[in-house]
Amino acid sequence: MTAVDERPEATTEIGNARLRKEDQRLITGRTKWTDNITLPGMVHLAMVRSPFAHARVTSIDTSAAKDATNVVGVWTAADFPEGMGVCANAWPITPDQVTPDHLPMVGDRVACAGEIVAVVAARTAAEARDAAELVDVDYEELPAVLDAMEAMKDEILAHPDKGTNKSAFWKLDSAEAGTGGDVDEAIAKAREDGIVIEREYRQQRLVPAFMEPRSTVVDPTGEQVTMWSATQIPHILRFLIAATTGMPENKVRVIAPDVGGGFGGKLQTTPEEFVTLAVARRLGRPAKYTETRSESLVSAHHGRDQYQKLTLSATKDGTVTGLKVELVANLGAYVAVVGGGVPVLGAWMFNAIYKFPAYQFNCQTVLTNTTWVDAYRGAGRPEATFGIERIMDELAAEVGVDPLAIREQNWIKHEEFPFTSVAGMTYDSGNYEAATARATELFDYEALRAEQQQRRDSGDPVQLGIGVSTFTEMCGLAPSRVLGQLSYGAGGWEHAAIRMLPTGKVEVITGVSPHGQGHETAWSQIVADRLGVPFEDVEVLHGDTAIAYKGLDTYGSRSLVVGGEAVVKAADKVIEKAKPFAAHLLEANVDDLEFTGGRYTVKGTDKGVGITEVALATFASHNYPEDLEPGIDADATYDPVNFSFPHGTHLCAMEVDTETGQSRMRSYVCVDDIGNVINPLIVEGQVHGGLVQGIAQALWEEAVFDDNGTLVTGSFVDYTLPTAADTISFVTDNTTSPSTTNTLGTKGVGEAGTIASTPAVVNAIVDALRPLGVNDVRMPCTPERVWLAIQGGSGGGDAATTAQTQPHFDEDAPNNADPGTTGEGNDR
Amino acid sequence: MIPAAFDYVAPTSVADALAAIAEAGDEGKVLAGGQSLLPVLRMRLNAPEKVIDLGRIEELRGISEDGDHLVIGAMTTHDEVANSSLVKEHAALLAAAEASVADPQIRHRGTIGGAIVHADPAGDIGAPILALDAELVIAGPDGERTVAAADFFVDLFETAVSEGELLTAIRIRKHTGWGARYEKFVRVAHQWSILAVAATVKVDGGSISEAKVALTNMGSTPLRAAAVEAALVGRSASDLGDACSAVADGTNPPSDLNGSADYRRHLAGVLTRRAVAAAVGG
Repeated sequence: MTAVDERPEATTEIGNARLRKEDQRLITGRTKWTDNITLPGMVHLAMVRSPFAHARVTSIDTSAAKDATNVVGVWTAADFPEGMGVCANAWPITPDQVTPDHLPMVGDRVACAGEIVAVVAARTAAEARDAAELVDVDYEELPAVLDAMEAMKDEILAHPDKGTNKSAFWKLDSAEAGTGGDVDEAIAKAREDGIVIEREYRQQRLVPAFMEPRSTVVDPTGEQVTMWSATQIPHILRFLIAATTGMPENKVRVIAPDVGGGFGGKLQTTPEEFVTLAVARRLGRPAKYTETRSESLVSAHHGRDQYQKLTLSATKDGTVTGLKVELVANLGAYVAVVGGGVPVLGAWMFNAIYKFPAYQFNCQTVLTNTTWVDAYRGAGRPEATFGIERIMDELAAEVGVDPLAIREQNWIKHEEFPFTSVAGMTYDSGNYEAATARATELFDYEALRAEQQQRRDSGDPVQLGIGVSTFTEMCGLAPSRVLGQLSYGAGGWEHAAIRMLPTGKVEVITGVSPHGQGHETAWSQIVADRLGVPFEDVEVLHGDTAIAYKGLDTYGSRSLVVGGEAVVKAADKVIEKAKPFAAHLLEANVDDLEFTGGRYTVKGTDKGVGITEVALATFASHNYPEDLEPGIDADATYDPVNFSFPHGTHLCAMEVDTETGQSRMRSYVCVDDIGNVINPLIVEGQVHGGLVQGIAQALWEEAVFDDNGTLVTGSFVDYTLPTAADTISFVTDNTTSPSTTNTLGTKGVGEAGTIASTPAVVNAIVDALRPLGVNDVRMPCTPERVWLAIQGGSGGGDAATTAQTQPHFDEDAPNNADPGTTGEGNDR
Repeated sequence: MIPAAFDYVAPTSVADALAAIAEAGDEGKVLAGGQSLLPVLRMRLNAPEKVIDLGRIEELRGISEDGDHLVIGAMTTHDEVANSSLVKEHAALLAAAEASVADPQIRHRGTIGGAIVHADPAGDIGAPILALDAELVIAGPDGERTVAAADFFVDLFETAVSEGELLTAIRIRKHTGWGARYEKFVRVAHQWSILAVAATVKVDGGSISEAKVALTNMGSTPLRAAAVEAALVGRSASDLGDACSAVADGTNPPSDLNGSADYRRHLAGVLTRRAVAAAVGG
């Protein structure tokens, strides 16, 4: 019936909750993090960064720094007249997109705080830091524009030479695309005889906050220049180094060794990578740069930051007739590698799991004098999911029905799959009814609704709210042809190779680049089943362009559904390739052989040979068929035919203290349908981590700039990341609708929790307070905002965060140190 | 990040420490548990020439009884204070506040004396010290002196400990049998108090005979809520009425990312009522 039904019988490894084989070294840190790498003669770098959001650099005096102890050199942009590469944008969303040059080091004008204006190399990191403080930079401040809506006015320009802050406008209209009706007609009709709901939502700015700060080591000695970097994208980095520095690609090797988290924040080619490369080449000796956390918070890319305006039309009974989305997305100072592509990924997701007859998505991207914004776990899809799941709750309230009922009334029924959405995506499989039934059962939905009513009736100061999020997402980036149609600068295929070693061990080479996900374990499970070899005998190699010479790296929940499929194809090629050798060894006809459990056997006999024995025989090559070349290794490239569409039903209960505004999570249940599961333990970990990150957007995290463009949440004192102490035990479960577009039947899971949880939490808080006249609380839903909403009804919770911090270490200083900003004129 | 270079000494007696402090003068910084100083150094907010580490002075550690007083050495860690059976029995308010400090790692490193002398208004030790009418023992070049908590906190990051002096011990009259509650308000567990209320009460025959209430982070120093204390005395333990409602009158709390001054004033009333009610109940 489907491709999934044709896959080989499930064997023991797939579906086994194995402990991750990489965890011992990752958790103890006894491994090759980039900052652990020390090379002979290596210099250490420190960056000198602008404290100003927008300023002209009038002079830089490096003489004192050059004279400091053990300083090897100090350079500014002027010292590299030929340039040092470019931080490129890979996805111009329109042909006329305004894209300011993003140079690794700037000479005349800084466009956001944290931009690098000079670099110091010294024999130790401490000496480099000491000397960086002696670099004397004079700035002439320019007016800065920080907020996206302010930028829309074009009164203050982030880049005066561009003449506008507007980078690009991107639109998807179902009537024009032929995938649906005219949304303006639907809204006009609903204004006469139906329901129109208009809402504005704010996606605050977030910091990806990966665990390992970014670090780069460059070794220019030898024929190839080698760069180790804490990156998600070694292959893309190598390509962009070659493409923007003029270095021949064959002279560049990039290695992402073990990398401590990314969450999209390491899906970037960074100024620091290019500067380290340039200095190492200039000196002819290895160079290392490792950022401080303070530097990371201000100069690694940020996430989200959108204004959303949604207009939903429906009939009086709550059947949606149209959805119009108008976004303004803040790109920051430059168009980052995915850049405007991040909000545009929402274009196919605002319609979510629903059968909307008419749809229109409009996205305006703008430039500001803030840290550049790019992918952060979910990238475009959490924003869309938040918008639609929030407004579906508003529709339910308007109609006066349960939020689950309004969803069911509008969602795609399980028998309607495959289903082509109003945005033009074909969802291959899913069963929203099943996931929702299981979730409501685990949540004890009716009992919590009863308790909510009881608390309302008794006027309990602690009110209970129930939040629903029935999400879907598109992941598994991505079919190359689709990316081509969208003018994305690369394909979406993935590569894998399998080497059958003579001692019976197996090396799997994958083009994806794990940074904590557990690929080594999952790929070993897949290959162990496929080739019939022990799990322990499989080694997974990745991240080094000299070993994994072909690949497109890890992001967008693509590794398993695209990269894992490439591994399957490579394994199947090994099996086919080894077959004639086995037949030769068994003195049998190829057609009489069958392969199970790692052995080729002659049908109807007990004669057989193991695939690892074939590997040894082809290594020796003493005896093999004359018409074959010796060797059974194979590689495969897989280009997905479609995205994958995980979905799930998330239910959240929040207790809201109406006296203080404090919200406390009471329970959280999610039932995700991610297709077939390779390792349930890894899935559980991904879901838990994802949930916390999404909940953190709802409740805790926000990157805040003051009026000068200084990031006031410049350390973890003020950027309030949650810890385990802030979360509860989640109840997670799965329903299974195998994907029909890959042979393993898998869907992505890396981003699911983050995408789904944010609206579930906010919906719960609003649900608790709706009888008090509250219909929105802006994120993060701080106690103060919630309390203001209670005091002021709907509008009160929309207050901006006070851009002021309390000092905790030093009376006159903020809680973040100076992230490398030095020089005269920096005082403010 | 890496601190600027500094000299380091680790004296083993209070006398040697005072000598080292005198010698370093303005260029010295005293290191207790390091939970504030080390971030300051690492983030290069300060670059002292000499760091004087008190970590090896045994006489500054430990909790003992001295008649009707508890004596807590300044270098005793938050965790030791929080889990001390003496403190739990005779100064339950301090034990509760200590247990709420930051996270377990910090509680095992940070010291009560370091926190008191750092005098961050959002820190959790000042208010219970103030509420419990503690006495702070200060050693200096001219010998030892004792300062009442009410006179100790001068301003933001400023206390009665002068240049050249050291806080050596905290003396607290035993509050045996008093109910206590440290009602702390935070958004995430490990952050500084947005606001906290320290309350300890003595209940006799169903009514409050003595009440001590102090506030964390409602001004540049910990504040004693004297009017609330007075209003609570004689109240029935089961009916506090509006005794706590005026707690924020005349305060000047900060406005920041975590809340405006008005919001903090509102919270103070709610949290004081809850703290006292819990203290009465406990």
